[in-house]
Amino acid sequence: MTFVQFCFYLFSAILVFAAGMVVTIRNPVKSALFLVLAFFSAACIWITLEAEFLAIVLVLVYVGAVMVLFLFVVMMLDIDLAVMRAGFTRYLPVGSVIAVLLILEIALVMVSGFGSDSYQAPGAHPADYSNSKELGRLIYTVYVYPFEIAAVILLVAIVAAIALTMRRRPDSKYINPSEQIKVRREDRLRIVKMKSNPRAGAKAADGESS
Amino acid sequence: MIRDTVFFLTSWLPEGIQIAIWAMLKIVAILLPLMGCVAYFTFAERKIIGYMQLRVGPNRVGPKGWLQPIADAAKLLMKEVIVPSRANRFLFLIAPVLSLTPALAAWAVMPFTDHLILADIDASLLYVLALTSMGVYGVIVAGWASNSKYAFLGAMRSAAQIVAYEIAMGFALVGVLMVAGSLNLREIVEGQDGSFWNWYWLPLFPLFIVYFISGVAETNRAPFDVAEGESEIVAGFHVEYSGMAFAVFFLAEYANMILIAALTVVMFLGGWLPPLDIAPFNWIPGLLWFGIKTSLVAFLFLWFRATFPRYRYDQIMRLGWKVLIPVTLVWIFVVGIGKFYTPFAGFFS
Repeated sequence: MTFVQFCFYLFSAILVFAAGMVVTIRNPVKSALFLVLAFFSAACIWITLEAEFLAIVLVLVYVGAVMVLFLFVVMMLDIDLAVMRAGFTRYLPVGSVIAVLLILEIALVMVSGFGSDSYQAPGAHPADYSNSKELGRLIYTVYVYPFEIAAVILLVAIVAAIALTMRRRPDSKYINPSEQIKVRREDRLRIVKMKSNPRAGAKAADGESS
Repeated sequence: MIRDTVFFLTSWLPEGIQIAIWAMLKIVAILLPLMGCVAYFTFAERKIIGYMQLRVGPNRVGPKGWLQPIADAAKLLMKEVIVPSRANRFLFLIAPVLSLTPALAAWAVMPFTDHLILADIDASLLYVLALTSMGVYGVIVAGWASNSKYAFLGAMRSAAQIVAYEIAMGFALVGVLMVAGSLNLREIVEGQDGSFWNWYWLPLFPLFIVYFISGVAETNRAPFDVAEGESEIVAGFHVEYSGMAFAVFFLAEYANMILIAALTVVMFLGGWLPPLDIAPFNWIPGLLWFGIKTSLVAFLFLWFRATFPRYRYDQIMRLGWKVLIPVTLVWIFVVGIGKFYTPFAGFFS
């Protein structure tokens, strides 16, 4: 067994374990953390496939950004575990049917010509082969229209999500920051000249002490 | 030469283990000096801020206080690590490790000089960005596992802040890779070949500023240290930590600061290159230039802490989303158009 094979089996074992824990563990925060571990192991497996650009982007986007926001939400939810587990037996038949269907579909694809006979394993690339350069070239030349359309769809989704969730609260005590910055001393502070009368104050103090 | 000696001394072992030992030795050769720098960076911080505030700083342990960081480490090692009641023990103890590991692992691709790199990988810029983005897990997990409201508030603030500033940071790096035409940190430095006006800080000046501000925010340093916020949430995410568990968080923060300083030097200030490519400057070895520049940038972190008051939380968010990100977006367009459609292509490369 070569070192790469050893790595593959190690990361696959961690990935399968973590993925199993995501659905079986009871605490949602721990479940999200196991999902992070699963993403990370998947990225490690991609590196053994010489897809280092995709692997690093997987870590950067899913582990570094998406799961952070996910945890942010999950941590603040006060989830009642008893309610979550209540429907387990009721949903079990439906869930198992779907699981069996999925396994059957994957098996069909795998059996009908997906093995190493029909697809040659790609040879190892030379050391100076740049995965990211190759990917960039393909995306911006051969697949430029699908790529741009996907980008526009994502932009529409961003705009829609913000438009749906943004509500202006009339009772919000919001202050425009630029007005705050522009404020000068004269707007807030008024210096009042008062005639001082030290004798009267001193007399009063004397009267109290005596 | 050292490599041959190591392989000769371990020639009775299988080859795989020999390679592993050699890799371990290289890791130690980077991490030991780094840990020394971190220890004396804490000392430098206390001394420099002391002098800025007209005090002398620590001066009791050893000559002029030079043994202070060692005394601090010894003290923290001997203290008890207290796990709060009903805290998640495993996550509580793994959180400091989660915050230190990315800070150290990112040094694997750091080009100290043109041949002194542990792993000269193709996408090292992305690798660094991915690892620095993972440091936030230490903070979040610590805040959640502590079973404390203050720690939890600190973790929430930190998560929101880091996600906001990471976007600005990523866009600033997009500008760097557009100008350099490479994702490899060594090639990025080699693209800045020449004197200091050839370095990328000049064509990418707004991105340089944005990157450094985001770096300060990513490391949770003043004036962006709302995750700690002593005055309102005690010490934020590490309020429940004591002894060595706390020390590891401390190490991670300082290692991250040095990392951000080194990355700023590599991407904008010419890495190991001398500021003027003439006689007295290029006698000094590249490693020393790298160290000098990194120290100067790291000094800025301390200067900021002694100078600026802490930002209000909503102003941090406003700065990140409404100032820094638009600036980077505009400058990416400027670089793209300047590089390909104007006669200033030489300036942007």
